[in-house]
Amino acid sequence: MTTRTQSVTAQPRERLYLQLYIATTLAIFVLMMLAGVVMRAVQGTYIHMSPDWFYQIMTLHGAGMVGIAGLAGVSIMWYFLRRYVSLTPGLFLANLILFIIGVVMILGAILLGKFGGGWTFLYPLPAKSMGLWSHNAAAAYVGGLLVIGIGFLLFYLDVARALLAKYGSLGRALGVNQLISGRIDTDHPPTVVASTMVLIVNTIGTLAGAVILVLTLVNLYYPTMQIDALWAKNLIYFFGHVFINATIYMAVIAVYELLPKYTGRPWKVTRPFLAAWSASTLMVIIVYPHHLLMDMVMPDWMLVLGQVISYLSGIPVLLVTTYGALVQIHHAKVRWDTPAKFLILAVFGWAAGVVPAIIDGTIVVNQVMHNTLWVPGHFHFYLLLGMLPMVLGFLFHISRHENETTKDRSVGMGFWIFMVSALLFIFMFLYSGVMSVPRRWAEHLAAWIPYDQWAALFGLVVLLSMLFFTVKLLARLTHIRLEA
Amino acid sequence: MQHLAWYLTLIFIGLLIVIFVSFIFSSKSGESYEEVARRDYRHRQKLFWLVIVAGVIISVTTLLPWPHSATTNPANEKVVQVVASQWHWELSQQQFHSGDAVKFEVTSKDVNHGFGIYDANMKMQAQVQAMPGYTNTLHYTFTKPGEYKVLCLEYCGLAHHNMTTTLTVLSAR
Repeated sequence: MTTRTQSVTAQPRERLYLQLYIATTLAIFVLMMLAGVVMRAVQGTYIHMSPDWFYQIMTLHGAGMVGIAGLAGVSIMWYFLRRYVSLTPGLFLANLILFIIGVVMILGAILLGKFGGGWTFLYPLPAKSMGLWSHNAAAAYVGGLLVIGIGFLLFYLDVARALLAKYGSLGRALGVNQLISGRIDTDHPPTVVASTMVLIVNTIGTLAGAVILVLTLVNLYYPTMQIDALWAKNLIYFFGHVFINATIYMAVIAVYELLPKYTGRPWKVTRPFLAAWSASTLMVIIVYPHHLLMDMVMPDWMLVLGQVISYLSGIPVLLVTTYGALVQIHHAKVRWDTPAKFLILAVFGWAAGVVPAIIDGTIVVNQVMHNTLWVPGHFHFYLLLGMLPMVLGFLFHISRHENETTKDRSVGMGFWIFMVSALLFIFMFLYSGVMSVPRRWAEHLAAWIPYDQWAALFGLVVLLSMLFFTVKLLARLTHIRLEA
Repeated sequence: MQHLAWYLTLIFIGLLIVIFVSFIFSSKSGESYEEVARRDYRHRQKLFWLVIVAGVIISVTTLLPWPHSATTNPANEKVVQVVASQWHWELSQQQFHSGDAVKFEVTSKDVNHGFGIYDANMKMQAQVQAMPGYTNTLHYTFTKPGEYKVLCLEYCGLAHHNMTTTLTVLSAR
C-alpha cells in the first residue's frame, strides 16, 4: 500500500478555506466558553440572570460547543487526509458555509425566538415550552442543526468517495483485511484508519440525528403526528453520543501525525492499532445505551450492553493511543515545543476523562450520579483537556514559521495556566457531582453555591487563557502552511 | 457510592498523572526507538488481560443482582404512583416510615423529567426517568427518618429547577 499519492503542493484556495475554518473555530470556542463561564457565574450568584436566559445560554453553549468541536475535528481530518486521498475542496468549503447558515438559524432561534429546549432538543420539549418560545423558534433551532448535519454529511460523502477510489472498500481503508490476513502493512496511514472509522460511525450517527430532527420538525407543525418518546430518546442520544465522540476521533489524527515530528519516532499501524480502531468502530455505535441507564423500560440487555461496552471502550483509548503516545516520548529526545505539550496534554485529558466516564457508566453508580454535575465533569475532561488541546497543538504547529526555533515564553506560560485552571474547573464539576448537585439547574441551593463560585473563577482563567491563545493564533493565521 | 466513585477517580487519574510526569521526565535521553518500543510494548498484552479480567469481575459484581430490581422487602413493597408534569410532582403517597420498601411507578404527562430522591442531607439516594407514554419503576427502601426531597433531574423547561416536592419519612413502626 502506498502512503502519499496526492501532490501536497500548496493551493491558495484550500489554504484560504482552512484559514476560514480556523478563524470560525477560534471565535466560536471563545464565545461558547464565555457562555459556559456565565452559566457557572449565574449559579454561583456572581451574576443575576433570569432562568429563561440561563436556559437559552445553556442551549447555546451545548449546541455551539458540540458543533464547533465537530468543525474543528473536520479541519484536522481534512488537513491530513488530503495527503493520502483526493478530497474535493468545494465540499470542504460547503460544509463551512452550511455550518455558518446553521449557526445563524440557531442564534436566531435562541436570541430572538428565546428557544431554550437544551441542545439535545429532547422530544417533546421543543413543542412544549409552556409559552416561552414559539414553534417557529423551535423549528429554526431544529432546522439549524439539520443544515449543519447536511454539511457534515456532504463532507463525509466526499471522504467516502475518496477512500473508495483509493482503497476499493472501507474495510481495506480501515485495515480489516490486514487484520484478517495477518499481514500488516506498516505504511498504511493511521490517518486513513481513523478517518474511515469516523466516516462510518458519524455518517450513521448524523443520519439518525437527521431522522429525529425531521420528525421533531414535523411534530412541531402537525402535533397529531406523535413520536414514541423512548424511540426519540434513543435516536437523540445515539446521534449525540456518536457525533461528540467522532470529534475526538477526528482530532486525535493530529496526535498520530504531529507527535512523531517532535519525538523523532514513527507512529506506524500495528495489529493492536488496527484491532483497536475496528473495535472502536463497533463500540462507538453500540455503547450509547449508557445514556439511558435510568430508563428501566429499556430492554435489560441494552442496559447491560451500555455498561459493559462503556468499560471496553476505554481499552483502545488507554492501551493504544495513550500507551502509544507514552512510548513515543519514553526515553526519547523530545522537542518540547508548544504543539508537543498540547498534544501530550490532550492524550492525558482523553485518558483521564475515560475514568469518570466508565465509573458513571456502571449502573449502580449511575443510579446516584446520572444527571448530576459529574456528567459535565467527565465530558469536559476529554473535551476541554483532550479534544481542545489536540486542536490547539494542531493550530500552533501548522501556523509556526517554517524555521521557527525560538519558543514563545508567553504561550508557554499560557499553557500551564490553561492546564491547571482547566483541571481545577473540571474537578469542581466532578466534586459537585459527588455532592449530588443536579446538572442543568439555573439556580442552586445555598450549600452548592461555593462550588459554583470556585468553578466560575477557574472557568474565567480558562477563558482568558483561551482568549490569549486565540489572539496569538489569529496573528499567525497568515503563516498557516498546508504541508506543516 | 458517590464517595467511592470520587476516590476511584482520584486514584486512577492520580496514577495517570504520575505515569505521564515520569515519562515526560524521561524524554531527554534519546534512546533508540526500537529498543524502547520492544521493551515497553512487552507489557501491553499483560495489561490488556488484566483489564479484561478486572472488567469481568466488575461486571459480574455490579450487575448481579440486577441493580434495577434490587429490593430488600419485596413481599411488603408499597406501590406509589408518580406523575410528573411541567413543573410539579403528583405522588399517590408522600409519607413513609423508615424501613418501608417502595416501588415507585413513574411516568410523565408531558415531557421527559427525572425523579430523583434526595435524603435529609441532600445526598441523592436513587433516581429514575419519567417519560411520557411509559412507566418506569424504581425500587427504594427508606432507611432513615427525615425530610426527603424529590428533585427533577431531566431538563424540562423554564422552571425545571423549581420542580421539587417533599417526602416525609417517620421513624420505623
